[in-house]
Amino acid sequence: MELINAIIVLLNYTIIPALTYGSQLALGAIFVTLIYGILRFANFATGDMMSFGTMFAVLLTFYFQSLGINLGLLPTALLTIPFAIIMMILYMLLIDKYVFSYYRIKKSPPVQLAMVSVGVMFVTQAIIRIIIGPFDRTFLDGQKFILKASEFKEMTGLSEGLTIKSTQAITIVVTIIFVSILFWFLNRTKTGTSMRAYSDNEDLALLSGIDPKRVVLITWVIAGILATIGGILYGLDKSYRPFVYFNNMLPIFAAAIVGGIGNPFGAFLGGYCIAFAEIFLTYAYKKFLSYLLPEALEPDSLMQVLSTDYKFAVSFSILVIVLLFRPTGIFKGKVI
Amino acid sequence: MAFFEGNQMTAGYDEGADIISSCTINVNKGEIVAILGPNGAGKSTAMKAMLGLLNLRSGDVTIDGKNISNLNPQDRVKRGISFVPQTRNVFAGLTVRENLEIGAFLRNDELDKIIEEIYELFPILSDKKSQTVGELSGGQRQQVALGRALMTKPSVLMLDEPTAGVSPIVMDELFNHIIKVKKTNVAIIMVEQNAKQALSISDRGYILVTGKNKFEGSGKQLLHDPEVRRSFLGA
Amino acid sequence: MVFLIILVGIFQSWSIALTILNYCLISAVMTMGANIQWGYAGLINFGIMGYTALGGLAVVLVSVAPVGEAWQAGGFGLFICLLIIFSMVFLIRLTLKKVIKSKKRNYLIAAIIFFGLILLKVISTPAIESIEAIDPAKTGFLGGLGMPILFSWIVGGFFAGGLAYIVGKIALGLRADYLAIATLLIAEIVVSIIKHEDWLARGVKNVIGLKKPVPYQIDLQKSDWFINLVEKFHSAKLDLINSLTERQELLNSLVIDASSVYVKLCMSGLFLSVVIILLIVTQKALYSPWGRMMRAIRDNEVAANAMGKNVVKQHLLIFILGSAIVGIAGAMMVTNDGLFTPGSYRPMRYTFVIWVMVIVGGTGNNFGAILGGFVVWFLWVEAAPIALFLINLFTAHLPETNEIKIHLINSAPYFRFLMVGIGLLIIMRYRPKGILPEKIIKQ
Repeated sequence: MELINAIIVLLNYTIIPALTYGSQLALGAIFVTLIYGILRFANFATGDMMSFGTMFAVLLTFYFQSLGINLGLLPTALLTIPFAIIMMILYMLLIDKYVFSYYRIKKSPPVQLAMVSVGVMFVTQAIIRIIIGPFDRTFLDGQKFILKASEFKEMTGLSEGLTIKSTQAITIVVTIIFVSILFWFLNRTKTGTSMRAYSDNEDLALLSGIDPKRVVLITWVIAGILATIGGILYGLDKSYRPFVYFNNMLPIFAAAIVGGIGNPFGAFLGGYCIAFAEIFLTYAYKKFLSYLLPEALEPDSLMQVLSTDYKFAVSFSILVIVLLFRPTGIFKGKVI
Repeated sequence: MAFFEGNQMTAGYDEGADIISSCTINVNKGEIVAILGPNGAGKSTAMKAMLGLLNLRSGDVTIDGKNISNLNPQDRVKRGISFVPQTRNVFAGLTVRENLEIGAFLRNDELDKIIEEIYELFPILSDKKSQTVGELSGGQRQQVALGRALMTKPSVLMLDEPTAGVSPIVMDELFNHIIKVKKTNVAIIMVEQNAKQALSISDRGYILVTGKNKFEGSGKQLLHDPEVRRSFLGA
Repeated sequence: MVFLIILVGIFQSWSIALTILNYCLISAVMTMGANIQWGYAGLINFGIMGYTALGGLAVVLVSVAPVGEAWQAGGFGLFICLLIIFSMVFLIRLTLKKVIKSKKRNYLIAAIIFFGLILLKVISTPAIESIEAIDPAKTGFLGGLGMPILFSWIVGGFFAGGLAYIVGKIALGLRADYLAIATLLIAEIVVSIIKHEDWLARGVKNVIGLKKPVPYQIDLQKSDWFINLVEKFHSAKLDLINSLTERQELLNSLVIDASSVYVKLCMSGLFLSVVIILLIVTQKALYSPWGRMMRAIRDNEVAANAMGKNVVKQHLLIFILGSAIVGIAGAMMVTNDGLFTPGSYRPMRYTFVIWVMVIVGGTGNNFGAILGGFVVWFLWVEAAPIALFLINLFTAHLPETNEIKIHLINSAPYFRFLMVGIGLLIIMRYRPKGILPEKIIKQ
């Protein structure tokens, strides 16, 4: 009984939140890694692009709410995803046409493209703040919980409750579905294989008749879908605030590099690595241990490795360690 | 008139001097032609010019009598010319089968049938078909590269130093494969450093010096020409 | 540029103009630091934020009076912690030297780190708690050394240089864009430590009321020589007024204005001398054989390496030098503000805007760096008024109650991002070497 209680505590406070957060990071990290692998630059506008897509979801959610359209138990935001994705992709293609394509055709070094993406970051941030403002917004509606702590206690008779928020379930389910489709596309379809080939060896891909324009277009489309879904899921789970999205770029980068940049599957796992590390290292294990240890040994302190203030610092430290010992990432990315 | 011809080609990089000048190379179906010469003679440049990787300043390139001088490399590939670069000639992160599939990217028909044909030519690839190419040995990689180039069912195959950096045993094996490819009625042009061995399997050879044709003739003629032997074959 | 600042002086106020000028000068120093790394050596350092924050920390640690009680409460514990850290480093180095490379060695090092950290945690927690418990509303930290504040500029440089040494050892081998990300993330770690270790510099509770290296406004307003000076300066204006009380009132307000301007002018003088000294030194360095070698390394690392130049060592050196300059700028900024607010160190303001300055000004050109610092900072500050003016101009035909107009006017502050971003994109596209490009030096 004590053991089950301990496991429930761990599940409730670490594993489920880490899975949720990890899914959100994973989507962002695949976005970063695709851009890096195919367009060959580190995109510093990542967080703001995710924010841009989410902004449309927020605005449309408010609009739909005012019209009385909703999905019942599910959040209205799910209904807005297709529209937000279309806007996001249009914006990305516009930026690519007027900004990035020039440097790509000129074959500029990746650093220059990264610097250009800083410019795009500024512009995107400005557009977002001018349209929606810098404020914190919640756009979650519908049912908040799938399982409430009190219900769980009644059901099982345990002294610890297990809470599952609907956003957590939605995040994990949507991520699994979307990522499965993505990997099926990349590994099993002709277009997907041609994208991997282009990322692997651009010159040979051209000689094999692969159309670079098409590859770039499809990359932006997938990137737009990833950025929007990742952004919306994060916003539903926490809340939407442009500044936070900008900051999220950092753990996302960490996840992409830890997973091996240029390797989408690595980025996917990297997201969870970072999320689990952050949460496991900053969780106070006092309650968990109090179930497992005899009373005499129960700890007085919080039994926390690092204070939650250092949540971000944890992921960055992991990144530094990975860069030191295995610069290609845990799952072997590109060595460009 | 030969099947694939580069006539009086003059070309160079960017604004630089001419690397090849009035260089002529031609090849017929079912024939192996070797381009030989000292370092810096313009062998690879001549081949790149025929593929369209750099623009001609004068001269022309024709295939089956049609002038293709103004086409870009991708379009020349569509006309049945296939090229195996010297380095980075495979997709190292993809499996053998995926490499072959990408080779046939422009074809939608009979993919499995062509792949089977390639497996017959290079049996080792069939055994390793789901392995990543990056894990294969140097000789096996070259076979993947040849296989990838053959997937378009080309009428002309151009090879840039196919045996560079492989052991003599593997070299013999590769040359055997190239002869097998020739027998499928493909025109083959190859640039080679291993002049003697290359000439011994070639029907004809060209020897370039400073971007110009210096000698040409059948493989046997060149092998036995005393001047060629003295200056280029080191014997 | 000077003309623009004078315009601000005339149209807004001289005090604002000088504030902008001071920040321009500080930005110029930061930009010079980043430009040495990027322009001389091609090293991309997105960690400017971290070095700026460390420079600021130096000001607190040097100039604030020590908090005796805190030292008594937790000083000993922290001292022990310091000893533990030193012995950990020593032990690890010892194992690295004495034990042959093997799995056993790795486990040994891991064990040293693991037990060392537990020991640190156990000893430091009570010490830190007791320090932070002392008068938390006012102090709650160890305080500094109580030394003159100008000294902290040098210390700030050393702090930043020290961090750069560690970062450089870790990250300099990375490819350019990896380096950018790694330095940015390390800077985030540094800032989050400064933010959350309250015993060090009060963290997000901020340190206010720092000493100034220039006269204080209140003192100036009381000193006779200053009042006389202001009186003489404005004598014409003052003579127009007959009533004695009114005259006194006007004089008082003039003195208050003048004192603020005077203080800022003194600051400008200090900053300007730093800029000039740095400019002379960096120009000399650029034209020295060393500068020539750096450019050679930047343009062709392999060739320089083959010629026997120690590329790794030179990169580390320039990384440290550039970062130290940024650290000095960070210390200057905190001195100028008179307060240290760790929460304000954000990558947008302290890394990306600085990089825009470097790119816009001209990479590899010291004058370009200074110009970039001035132009971009001016735009950053004055973007909102300019945007407001433009919005009013373009929406003049709309009624005051028009929602779009109100929304736009409320968003005017965010136009600075737009202007800086577009500015960067335009420069990168049409003048990729910046406004003042690097001069090709013929020897």
